[in-house]
Amino acid sequence: MTLDPAYLDYPHRQHGYDHDIYGWSALKDRKPVAWPGGANVAVWICVSLEFFPLTPTDTPFRAPGHMQTAYPDYRHYTAREYGTRVGFYRLLDAFAKAHIKVSVATNSTIAERYPSIIADIVSAGHEIVAHSTDMNGTIATGLPEADERALISTSLDTLERVSGTRATGWLSIARSQSWNTPRLLHEAGVRYCCDWVNDELPYRFENGLINLPLNHELSDRQIIAVQQQSADSYAQQMCDAFDWLAGEAATQGGRMLPLHITPYIMGLPYRIDAFERLLADLKANGAWFASGDEIIAAWDVQQ
Amino acid sequence: MKSDPGLYDFVPYRSRAPIVWPGGKQVAVWVAPNLEYYEIDPPAHPRRKAWTKVHPDVVGYSHRDHGNRVSHWRMADVMTRHGFPGSVSLSVALCQHHPEVVADGSARGWEFFSHGIYNTRYAYDMDEEQERAIIEDSIRTVREATGQTIRGWLAPALTHTENTLDLIAEYGLDYTCDLYHDDQPQRVKTKTGDLISMPYSLEVNDHYGFFVYNMSPRDYADTLVRQYRRLADEGGTVMCIPLHAYLIGQPHRIGPFEEALREIAADGRGWLTTAGEIADAWAKQQ
Repeated sequence: MTLDPAYLDYPHRQHGYDHDIYGWSALKDRKPVAWPGGANVAVWICVSLEFFPLTPTDTPFRAPGHMQTAYPDYRHYTAREYGTRVGFYRLLDAFAKAHIKVSVATNSTIAERYPSIIADIVSAGHEIVAHSTDMNGTIATGLPEADERALISTSLDTLERVSGTRATGWLSIARSQSWNTPRLLHEAGVRYCCDWVNDELPYRFENGLINLPLNHELSDRQIIAVQQQSADSYAQQMCDAFDWLAGEAATQGGRMLPLHITPYIMGLPYRIDAFERLLADLKANGAWFASGDEIIAAWDVQQ
Repeated sequence: MKSDPGLYDFVPYRSRAPIVWPGGKQVAVWVAPNLEYYEIDPPAHPRRKAWTKVHPDVVGYSHRDHGNRVSHWRMADVMTRHGFPGSVSLSVALCQHHPEVVADGSARGWEFFSHGIYNTRYAYDMDEEQERAIIEDSIRTVREATGQTIRGWLAPALTHTENTLDLIAEYGLDYTCDLYHDDQPQRVKTKTGDLISMPYSLEVNDHYGFFVYNMSPRDYADTLVRQYRRLADEGGTVMCIPLHAYLIGQPHRIGPFEEALREIAADGRGWLTTAGEIADAWAKQQ
């Protein structure tokens, strides 16, 4: 057997990356960041508020958590709706009890279908991050550029119309992008996206777009739904992460802990207590709870 | 194609000549950080896709990038703090992309061996000349970057040809990490020279721990300590802890991992060393 000789060519073997989306920089070499009030760790809660149509599409790909059985999959459709109708309100109450502000990454279809939930988010002072149209609004290379541009503008425009404020942040479904996404987001006036998980502080792409890393490994979907660990174990892991980051912050500058929460996962009756205790523990340990735009603002003035 | 590669004799675990590690230690412990570079858009290999999604696989790529930007430094500091040197399975193109990471390992006195050019280039179907090219590239690149001559090989993404072990032996490498048949070093039969199978581990690899067995960070740390204790009880054994910074260096995992290293170091029965040192100590007793 012989492989195509081109398989042993390495045209991008150079200092830095094999792409020009963002530059190479190790976290330890960056200027230390200080958070408001002298907090060591910014805890960023991002809740994904999503509408899963009963008719999933597989182009460009089917979203995680989407319908799984033959049509009509009432099981998964209604279980996700439970998250929006019930679980999300448990989360809102937990945030109110802890006096903290969060980001809610919202499909724009949620705003069209349930404008009152947007009013509840806004009146509680939380940030809305644009999170595509609905869970069929996935992005990947191959999606025509005009379609992707329309998906981004539909999401931003609809959320602005219903909430009264234009979102400055963007989260793709499953954090998936095409080669065009950073450019299209920048052209649409988005200030930051949350898709790239390679860092633990905000950093800037070459085109000016900021990435605010939303660590997928720390999400309730990953730890509870994928890895099948308990809510107590999840809470323990977040406390362990916080303790470690606080230790680093003492010598290296402010750190950030992202908690990515899903209403139909964490908002269940038997899990919410563990989550409420986690919030209280982090608060007692001096966390600065902040929304994504607040973290971006605090970081950006120090660059 | 052969149904049995014929790489080693059957040597059952009982009735072996005892192995004695330096200082009378019971178990040789080596830590194998994978310092890797995954390309964002590599050429397709006919037998295997580099990414399961269409490129760019944002999460797949950036998760691994976390290792070089953030978690390498965290993992390395923890190892250094408890006296564990690294024996690095290196995507040698990292010497070009992020020489800062390679220099950090080098400054800590770590040993480097080859894990191919990139972890997104697979050896399947390479002819002999093509495979010689990646071995020669590995030797040259690591020598230029660190001054070290590589002694070992972990095939890129665990992809091999039938020639791989013969070729690395011919080039003078001392050990392979690609065979998982024993808890002690074993001789590998090659056409061309002496080669040792250095015990590596898929089972206590952090990737298996977290993504095959779905362990919590504390469960994984407990697994390492149990693995260590049993091998120390048996004596003359090797324990390998293969790591990926982008997994073990995540903030929710590094604390429990540090506790495991602290416990293993405090036990005192372990010889905390490198793969090359283990190969030398074993060879002297043969």
